[in-house]
Amino acid sequence: MTPRTTADAAPPSATAAPEPPRRLLRAAPMAATVVLLAAAPLFLAPYATTTLSRILVFALLAASLDLLVGITGLPSLGHAAYFGVGAYAAGWITIHLTPAVPVPLLAGAAFGGVAAAATGWFAVRSAGVFFLMLTLAIGEIVRQVAQSWDSVTGGSNGLYGIDLPSVAGAPLGNVGLLHWYVLAGAVLGYAVLRAVAASPFGAVLRGIRDNEPRMRALGYRPYGYKLAAFVIAGSVAGVAGALLAAQQRLVTPSDLGFTTAALALLAVVIGGAGTLWGPCLGAAVVVLVRDALGPTLDGHGPLLLGVVFIAVVYLLPRGAAGVRLRRGPGREQSEQEPT
Amino acid sequence: MLTWLDANLVSILNGLAIGSLLFILAVGLSLVFGMMDVLNLAHGALFLAGAYLGHLFVGQQAGWASFAGALGVAAVIGALAGGGLSVMTEPLAHRSHLDQALLTLGVALVVAELLSIAFGNDVQSVAAPPGLDGSTVVLGSTYPVYRLVLIGIGALLAVAVHVVIERTRLGLLVRAAVADREMVSALGVDERRVKAAVFGIGSALAMVAGVLGGPIYGARPGLDSTVLILALVVVVIGGLGSVRGALIGALVIGQVESLGRVLLADLASFVLFGALALVLVLRPQGLFGARAQART
Repeated sequence: MTPRTTADAAPPSATAAPEPPRRLLRAAPMAATVVLLAAAPLFLAPYATTTLSRILVFALLAASLDLLVGITGLPSLGHAAYFGVGAYAAGWITIHLTPAVPVPLLAGAAFGGVAAAATGWFAVRSAGVFFLMLTLAIGEIVRQVAQSWDSVTGGSNGLYGIDLPSVAGAPLGNVGLLHWYVLAGAVLGYAVLRAVAASPFGAVLRGIRDNEPRMRALGYRPYGYKLAAFVIAGSVAGVAGALLAAQQRLVTPSDLGFTTAALALLAVVIGGAGTLWGPCLGAAVVVLVRDALGPTLDGHGPLLLGVVFIAVVYLLPRGAAGVRLRRGPGREQSEQEPT
Repeated sequence: MLTWLDANLVSILNGLAIGSLLFILAVGLSLVFGMMDVLNLAHGALFLAGAYLGHLFVGQQAGWASFAGALGVAAVIGALAGGGLSVMTEPLAHRSHLDQALLTLGVALVVAELLSIAFGNDVQSVAAPPGLDGSTVVLGSTYPVYRLVLIGIGALLAVAVHVVIERTRLGLLVRAAVADREMVSALGVDERRVKAAVFGIGSALAMVAGVLGGPIYGARPGLDSTVLILALVVVVIGGLGSVRGALIGALVIGQVESLGRVLLADLASFVLFGALALVLVLRPQGLFGARAQART
């Protein structure tokens, strides 16, 4: 097939598969979404803008989880741990070192990745529901650490008084600027995830998801690939955490708890695992239900989310389809095996 | 050595008490998963429901009748809830384990929220039955009687579960189903009924554990995920589907939670994590698990 590139085509990346028309079609709605999101603070009320920022943070968390759940086939219930580690690291560095912009983000990415590597090296040895149980246990243990390590994390009060991030010495002092900062970070993180998913490396991950013994027979060592995916996902979750610290200016142990991890997984399942953008929509639904409907339900948003969870499992087997480790010829299946 | 034992006797006994509670909780989780591949994430919520039930029945001034009543009602409601969960997961039998885990996760969220709506967010305490609420002297250390009784109940239940699994027809079916489910159903046994029975018993045990644990842990939001995690760690360490593994795992985690917290106070959370990592690195299938790794 001959590549037909139009004038405004994005420069083709070196590693991507040669499918320019489809890539363009995919890029167009994405670009439109980003433009729309960037314009939002100009016509939305501050509260709505804040909610939108919160959705972006959670969407990045959900998308990073999707790299594990949907693309690598590793259903994690402890992903909030790396989100929280990134948030604490970014918050601590903002308070004690510097709020200058790229630093907290980089700290979040680094600490999220390191935490994922420290726990992932044995977690990814397991698979399926066993992996689910392990990550759940790891997540809860990390939460306990956050709760009891008073001198660094502030214990159950959380880490508060986090300064606004600053660009060239000037703090991002209003909702709109902060929203743009969060948007920039989220787009960056999402781009990394997309690049990983589209690369030959991502194709191997899908291969492992669909048929691990076969990948092993082809000469791949799934362990290394799974661990790398785990660390990348943890690192991007750390970036999302850094954005949370900047946006919320408070990090509490519940941010890395079981409920957050479960909600992230719910977002992935609602949105359709394996698509990366689906979980972002799922995240929007989850945050809107929790924050917008929560107050009218007396703060019992999780009740509604639990019902949604049950309903999704029964009624939307397609939404949960990507989660299933192997079933039928998935659209996302890797056809171009890298050699 | 003796002085060390003397100094830490209370912690060791606490560990045994926590361990027996964890065994009661984990054995159901382990069997349901080992047998039917259903990871019941609502198990912790059942425990919490049991704890609130104990609070409702017993409250501050405990009587034997109310405590026994709470235990009985917990067993019945637990069995019904387990049957209900069994029926709920039935349509998902041919889908992945993950869907079933997600379903029970949804149930857990709903149950925990309903409990917090009904009972509020404060810690509710549950008194031990009269006669057991005092302390006694064990080898020179004073120790609450109730916890000693709890250790006894745990030992008794461990024996009872062992006898049921090893000596009765139901136990035979359960062991057979853990080993090869298809073969059991090919032999003409309705595996759904075996599954419902195991689910019911496991859930009844979880709620009973909640009532029994009431005087120690009380009842509060968040307790459900705490005990669920501990039970999961027990099951992972002990190996899925193994009664003996659940017992050993529960005793180990009981000591880690109690003695480990005292001896390594600063590293308490890491100790639990370390124990988990250590076992998984040395024996990925758990101490007594045969084929946990084979599942995907």
